[in-house]
Amino acid sequence: MGSSELKRSKDSVESARWSSFPDEVLERVLSLLKSHRDRSSVSLVCKDWYNAERWSRTHVFIGNCYSVSPEIVARRFPRIRSVTLKGKPRFSDFNLVPENWGADIHAWLVVFAAKYPFLEELRLKRMAISDESLEFLAISFPNFKALSLLSCDGFSTNGLAAIATHCKNLTELDIQENGIDDKGGSWLSCFPESFTSLEVLNFANLTSDINFDALEKLVGRCKSMRVLKLNRSVSLEQLQRLLVSAPQLAELGTGSFSQELTIREYEELESTLSICKNMHTLSGLWDAKGIYLPALYPACSHLTFLNLSYAALQSVELAKLLAHCPRLKRLWVLDTVEDKGLEAVGLNCPLLEELRVFPADPFDDEIVHGVTEAGFVAVSFGCPRLHYVLYFCRQMTNAAVATIVQNCPDFTHFRLCIMNPGQPDYLTNEPMDEAFGAVVKTCTKLQRLSVSGLLTDLTFEYIGRYAKNLETLSVAFAGRSDWGMQCVLGGCPKLRKLEIRDCPFGNAALLSGLEKYESMRSLWMSACNVTMNGCRLLAREMPRLNVEVMKEDGSDESQADKVYVYRSIAGPRRDAPPSVLTL
Amino acid sequence: MEVNYENGLNLKATELRLGLPGSDEPERQTTPRPNKRTSSEISSSGLTDDGNDDHQASAPPAKAQVVGWPPIRSYRKNCIQAKKNEVEGGTGRYVKVSVDGAAYLRKIDLHVYGSYPELLEALEKMFKLTIGAYSEREGYNGSEYAPTYEDKDGDWMLVGDVPWEMFISSCKRLRIMKGSEARGLGCI
Repeated sequence: MGSSELKRSKDSVESARWSSFPDEVLERVLSLLKSHRDRSSVSLVCKDWYNAERWSRTHVFIGNCYSVSPEIVARRFPRIRSVTLKGKPRFSDFNLVPENWGADIHAWLVVFAAKYPFLEELRLKRMAISDESLEFLAISFPNFKALSLLSCDGFSTNGLAAIATHCKNLTELDIQENGIDDKGGSWLSCFPESFTSLEVLNFANLTSDINFDALEKLVGRCKSMRVLKLNRSVSLEQLQRLLVSAPQLAELGTGSFSQELTIREYEELESTLSICKNMHTLSGLWDAKGIYLPALYPACSHLTFLNLSYAALQSVELAKLLAHCPRLKRLWVLDTVEDKGLEAVGLNCPLLEELRVFPADPFDDEIVHGVTEAGFVAVSFGCPRLHYVLYFCRQMTNAAVATIVQNCPDFTHFRLCIMNPGQPDYLTNEPMDEAFGAVVKTCTKLQRLSVSGLLTDLTFEYIGRYAKNLETLSVAFAGRSDWGMQCVLGGCPKLRKLEIRDCPFGNAALLSGLEKYESMRSLWMSACNVTMNGCRLLAREMPRLNVEVMKEDGSDESQADKVYVYRSIAGPRRDAPPSVLTL
Repeated sequence: MEVNYENGLNLKATELRLGLPGSDEPERQTTPRPNKRTSSEISSSGLTDDGNDDHQASAPPAKAQVVGWPPIRSYRKNCIQAKKNEVEGGTGRYVKVSVDGAAYLRKIDLHVYGSYPELLEALEKMFKLTIGAYSEREGYNGSEYAPTYEDKDGDWMLVGDVPWEMFISSCKRLRIMKGSEARGLGCI
């Protein structure tokens, strides 16, 4: 062999070694990657990595069920065990999306049954699911383990009965805030006597009475249960009995927490709760009476998440409870606690990272209670780690928000809802532009923003200029002209979801984001000034976007009342109802 | 900027320019502009329905008339409503009922009834009288009696005009009027 041949063979051996990094090793390494964004990045490196990634992926997250088809997903990822799917636009939660809009899970289940017979987990948000689909799911996947439904609709408790009956390996049944037709509690009794694997059971949002005996036995034999969220039909006494057989619970939804108790019964409850040392999440307390809350105190020492958003507590009751929750990181309350209650939050919860304040009476104009800017400010002084807030109030000032973000510059999610549309700073009568200007200037990590109050285009100039990490923006009753929306579309480089209602943005604004929409998940515009022609132009210019228009009865021919634009590799959808026009 | 969006686009707005954003824009009005809303979303709000930005706007419509606002999930909304009904139902919604000419008053629990026909039938039975059919235009014409109620503001209203839920939450007492007074009601 000549020297040149030797050299060539050496080169080829080396290059062979470089390019033939064993697939199995690469796959093994990649299987440790959990974040779907990391995985997306990995798949773009080169063909080998793309293939290794697709073979090693076990969980797929699909943020918009129409952006891709189940066939495409199954073709690319052969080994999926867990699927998270989101369907309808978020404004469907507020009845802005017509009935029968779509996002039906069934077509997905059919493909999954063929391609992923070993599917274990399904997490759905804003999807339409029928009882037939639930039954199909229950019998098609023998290994099925976890079902989570949030903000879904179209099914009844009969579907849950099918799941309970057939899913022998179920570990998680999480039914949250759905449009479920509650026909009765007998579904719970469908879990067979031999069934012991349940770890998570959340039926807090179902209204019907369940058979307590069946529940007690179920909890008794599922020794690994760590999450139990009861509905309102479960009384205090029954709760106590359940806790006796499940002191290991990490998350508890207490049910109504209301009943006339004797002293002895109260003491029993208190001592049972005191052995729940693992509890880090507490919710429920639907009808909690102040006098029984102290029974909870011993269980609160390690609490990190307290969800009181269905418990109408007063400020004093909250203050006393919070004194026992020093480790609290997440707190959800009703505005019945008022500013005084929020002051107590600031005083007792220095580790707080998330606060959500929901309105107890959002539709009653005559109510003068609730929380104001003072409560929010008080929390910000006491909780410097606060980074997630959802705040419903009836008055706010620019100065207060400026103070808040100065105290808490790490906001990632800032969702402020001043409930009266277009309301100015109540002290100065000026628009709330400077408030949101302060938010985006100070909070450089901001990912999600919901604005409200009287806002001019200046707010959107600020957002476009400063909100460099913003991914989700919700706008209602705001802005002056197209310029506002143009600023956002021309600015925020990481924008993924933009939802707008009742703003004076028209075709010029819509069309200024042509290329932008392909880098976004979706755009929603309703009750704005966009016309059918504008939408048609958008659809024509951008064939990889689906442009859907929903018309209201009796509206002008040329107006595009509700527009939903999203990128898709599956093409226009074929299951749109007649009220949805695909352009 | 006066632009007609009906046929095409506002090209001026998408024109590329050097200079700070907003530097070329005309002076902004300080009053809020009308937000275009479809008629089905507004019951009555006095908004002008033209696409131009220049007109003075009236204030945005009252909360109660706006669909999906404040942005609260249906589930939570239903809970709020259920709790309200319960609070009233828990202690019963007992109201006094007087009938013109009767010797003494009675009391009924409004929460026992699910609708106006049920309530009226019960009243008819209780006082052995006929009330007649309700019509939006004529009230209770065709009978001697007309059911009225005192609402939260202290006004005397004709039973039947407002939705049932609103009625039982605002009704403080009932009075069944008789005679010419009664016939006058509903014909205003």
